[in-house]
Amino acid sequence: MARKTVEGSFAVAEAVRNCEPDVAACYPITPSTHVAEELANYYADGELKEYITTESELSSMSACIGASAAGSRTVTVTSGQGFALMHEAVYCAAGMRLPIVMIVGNRALSAPLNIWGDWQDAVTERDSGWIQFYCENSQEALDTVPQAYKVAEATLLPAMVCMDGFYITHAVEPVEIPGKEEIRKYLPPFNPKVRLDPDNPVSMGEYALPSHYQQFRQDLHEDLLAAEKIVRDANGGYAAQFGRSYGDGTIEEYKSGDADYVFVSMGSICGNAKEAVDALRAKGEKAGLVRIRLFRPFPYDALAKALSGKKSVGVFEKSYDLGALAPLCSDVSASIALLKGDRPALSSFIGGLGGKDVTVAHVSEMLAKIKQGKTLTEWI
Amino acid sequence: MLLPVAKPGSSLENKTGAWRVGFKPKTDEAKCIKCGTCQQLCPEPCITGVEAGRKPAERTFPVTDYDYCKGCGVCASVCPVKAIAMVAEEK
Repeated sequence: MARKTVEGSFAVAEAVRNCEPDVAACYPITPSTHVAEELANYYADGELKEYITTESELSSMSACIGASAAGSRTVTVTSGQGFALMHEAVYCAAGMRLPIVMIVGNRALSAPLNIWGDWQDAVTERDSGWIQFYCENSQEALDTVPQAYKVAEATLLPAMVCMDGFYITHAVEPVEIPGKEEIRKYLPPFNPKVRLDPDNPVSMGEYALPSHYQQFRQDLHEDLLAAEKIVRDANGGYAAQFGRSYGDGTIEEYKSGDADYVFVSMGSICGNAKEAVDALRAKGEKAGLVRIRLFRPFPYDALAKALSGKKSVGVFEKSYDLGALAPLCSDVSASIALLKGDRPALSSFIGGLGGKDVTVAHVSEMLAKIKQGKTLTEWI
Repeated sequence: MLLPVAKPGSSLENKTGAWRVGFKPKTDEAKCIKCGTCQQLCPEPCITGVEAGRKPAERTFPVTDYDYCKGCGVCASVCPVKAIAMVAEEK
């Protein structure tokens, strides 16, 4: 276990290296982050087995698909516009059941052109069949890497580890990074039963006629839903070995147990939200936070339980579904719909897009609005 | 868990001949000069039998495999002697 004070990207890159991937494939130019750059440094120093510098992010994901199909543990790193370029192959990775881990430094999508942080690059891929984790800080992001591999390889589903662009990727924080030996005890070697093998040839990502295609989609959906429990187990196992856990692995309830009104969000903004909740609690206010860590599969039941009996709930997100209810709020709304009896009033706040700053004061203002118990839709 | 994985050769199980909608190619051997153009350009490819290594007079006629022919009509279109006609078929 190494303790150091480093940039979030470097901390995550070290955690990736310590998971001992066989193949990294990255397009290491803007909008990518220092994670790709640092992995290239590890490769140059002989600390990574293979690093493919591809000509685009679409090629990065395609290279990971080929390598994973051949039985390799793989990683790629992307952000923003580069992530959008991957789109086609992102669906292929999930449909082919390849447990690729992708590190995402979340950034905005064009146009207008912007390389600062928001979640739209990953949120827009929410339907693709990937597991999606959203992390609050560098420590959680690096701890989530071995957990992502563990869950992905156990379920044969690819997983994204999402961290806010700049707020985590470029922030320097003290972290503890588990070493290779420790991670080996947590993460068994990747050994898929089916792989590309010249002695036993197969086609992967096979053609499916109308009579079969939907069956594959339904099966992927059901397996993704079932992965929620595996995520909890991976979080619990990690806590037992390393002493750090993130809620139950799917959601983190922060002073929300007896709260009347609750702020719901994901990612680094929850650090600010905890500070805002602490300040309100100091004044005797019954405010709380529920942080969603696992966005796909979405923990509907766990969240419904956490929001049961609340007077009002406000969802803040750095993502949108233009022309419709914002995506995270839409999922929270579906969770609340599961509740019997009185349901909390639900407000949607969209903000922080393209790096727009959202401070503790902003969160406090949102909490004051949530407390009023109205149903609002506001852009912060 | 369903894995979209298939053994070699299994795509032959997909009989794409079912995709034809109303027309299929019919080769008139009285007109055919066994040049092999249809066989070369069939995108499926489901035309066989014309042996390119032999002189035209020694070749056999092209044979269309209707289990896989999608009825696209490329063969009829490229035939230099108009020996292939797209004829109506009832299924």
